[in-house]
Amino acid sequence: MKQYEPTTEVDFVVIGAGAAGGIMAKELSVGGFSVVVLEQGGWGAYGHEQDSNKDELQNRFPTDADRLMSDPKRQRNTFRRNQDEKAAPGNHSYGMVVGGGTVVYGGSSWRHLPWEFQEASHVGTIAGSGLADWPITYEELEPYYTKAEWEMGISGMRVDSPLFAPMSKPYPLPPLPIKSSGALFQVAAAKMGLTVIPSPMAIISEAYRGRSGCISCGMCSGFSCQVKARSSSAVAMFPIAEQTGRCEIRPNSYVREISVDKQGRVTGAIYFDSQKREIFQKAKAVVLSANGTESSRLLLLSKSSQFPDGLANSSGVVGKYLMSGNNAGASAIFEHPLNEYKGIISGAGIVDWVASDPKRGFYGGGRLTSRGQQTPIEFALGGPHDGPRWGAGYKKALREEANRKMIISSFITQLPVENNRVDLDPDVKDEWGLPAMRITTTSHPDDIKNMEFFTAKSVEILQAAGATKVWADGVHDSRGGPHSRGTCRMGNDPKTSVVDKYHRAHDVPNLYVVDGSSFVTGGRNHPTMTIQALAFRAADHIIQQTKSGANA
Amino acid sequence: MSNRSRRTFLKNSVSGLGAAWLASNWPGILAAQEHAQQMAAQNFPTQFAFFTPEQAAEIAAMASAIIPTDDTPGAREAGCVYFIDSGLTSFLHDSQALYTQGIKDLQAKTQELFPSAGKFSELTSAQQVQALTAIEKTPFFTAVRNHTVIGMFASPKHGGNQDAIGWKLIGFEDTMNFKAPFGYYDAASNSRG
Repeated sequence: MKQYEPTTEVDFVVIGAGAAGGIMAKELSVGGFSVVVLEQGGWGAYGHEQDSNKDELQNRFPTDADRLMSDPKRQRNTFRRNQDEKAAPGNHSYGMVVGGGTVVYGGSSWRHLPWEFQEASHVGTIAGSGLADWPITYEELEPYYTKAEWEMGISGMRVDSPLFAPMSKPYPLPPLPIKSSGALFQVAAAKMGLTVIPSPMAIISEAYRGRSGCISCGMCSGFSCQVKARSSSAVAMFPIAEQTGRCEIRPNSYVREISVDKQGRVTGAIYFDSQKREIFQKAKAVVLSANGTESSRLLLLSKSSQFPDGLANSSGVVGKYLMSGNNAGASAIFEHPLNEYKGIISGAGIVDWVASDPKRGFYGGGRLTSRGQQTPIEFALGGPHDGPRWGAGYKKALREEANRKMIISSFITQLPVENNRVDLDPDVKDEWGLPAMRITTTSHPDDIKNMEFFTAKSVEILQAAGATKVWADGVHDSRGGPHSRGTCRMGNDPKTSVVDKYHRAHDVPNLYVVDGSSFVTGGRNHPTMTIQALAFRAADHIIQQTKSGANA
Repeated sequence: MSNRSRRTFLKNSVSGLGAAWLASNWPGILAAQEHAQQMAAQNFPTQFAFFTPEQAAEIAAMASAIIPTDDTPGAREAGCVYFIDSGLTSFLHDSQALYTQGIKDLQAKTQELFPSAGKFSELTSAQQVQALTAIEKTPFFTAVRNHTVIGMFASPKHGGNQDAIGWKLIGFEDTMNFKAPFGYYDAASNSRG
């Protein structure tokens, strides 16, 4: 792999090696530029994926070398419901390894629907929310969705329906099996007149571009893939970036500041290496792809005389409009075995309520996805839903329910609200002595109604599918997590947004924020495919602008 | 419960659920497994790393009440007490006092409820359930319950789940390579076309 001296001014520093960072590194290096990728996590099983750890206990309690997710004990964060509360220690965590969340995610790869980019125009303003149109249209992004699906390797079925995003080209790979939970979706859908679609997944169903197809091992979401079937940045992007001889991936590099010169242009990034030594990597431009919470935190940490409120934050919008991802659902027991522990996590979605409908009396929509219990310890610790937690009854329930359990998990809207935000905790420091991330969030009342709606629909579907027992999930809004979006929203007006429609910071000509941060609205909480499409689009424009001298 | 071929030396606490379950760190496990394998290879005689034989009998009886033996094997046959015992010298080190005191309290509760009895492990199954029900809200019981469950369903290489007893109980096949149809309903759906 190419290695650069930190004193060498590279064309781009990319901060974060996840869904967006992998694409930016690959596109920019293939485009002829020198790139250093700074990733706070480790290598994981990069390049030796066959060694991916499938031991459930070790996966949940990893060594530092095996770690795939951030550790709230080190990447400390705090949480509060609203700005009048004192924040308490939080459990916000996200993918943190070369490849980021794409190494461990379930792999759902739903596109946004065309109208999701202009929802404010469709449904109007909603009091107490910052619902707004994106400065781009689906038509502008569509070629990049296609590019992302083919370059990453997505399995799925193109469906001609207003409930499914139109595609100029089919998926490169046929869908994965829908599993028994998906078959039960079909049973319910036939009775209720609903539409079931095989989940588009970033897991290859057959051999593709030198990688082998999914073997349905079942240790999927939360685990790294040992056959390279999950189409992560680590297997689909970084190997290509490395082959250019222009890209260096530098893991265990925790960035504490993006530095600027007197003219207010970024000059590189200061990071701690694995020995906590401070290193400055010089760069002509910086691409910030640290995720929907850490990107805004790093901007807020990067204070200077030119940017006293944090870098690229003249609008004061950095960190605001956080959408961390709500969920709603139910679980059930069926007469016969589903064996959901085999295969991918979710094979199918019901999409009939994807759009908001004023007849429901609130703003909100989403998709219901089918799944079941996956890993033994997690299932057994939780135990039967309302049964005994030990003893003969506990054992009986474990035996009866383990493979007969189905879960509906609904991925739903969450309104952008100005006061829901990431900022710096005034008291708590992380392991590196930097102010910890503070998350403040309470979902909009319409979001709560939407969760109740999807919980009720989940129960109805499970009953229609013939469940012998059904339990509704409790309604709780989220407190953080890897689907967080919206904290550096894009827009045409520098007073109300952080980046322009090409992800360039309004305030800083050679700084780009490319990840879930730039989402204006959250979609239906399936963000990764849109992050990937945005990254391919941003890379295209950055390459054009840079080659035309716009950054010189 | 004679010779145990596989012992593990885990680190850090796995006593919690939820966030703690996801967040705890667990270094040193690989070295610990290597050590366990060496011990197995040398055919070490059975001995407990932390418990006295009497304490081990009490914990084994508790584990057996938590996941009983009926028409199928339970925590006793799975060797959950060995998982916990080795844990207490390493990853559950912080729980040593909880266990030592907890066993004393359990014996006191046994005496209180059944004055003629000696030890918890000597009670009848029904009496054991009664005694544990009396302490089931205590941190000690919660810890033993969770550690028994983890030992029962973790990979056998960690000392419990011997002969994959836990996995067999819940119908979990450890082959890590499956082909659809996976279950009854997708098979039925396929046969309908």
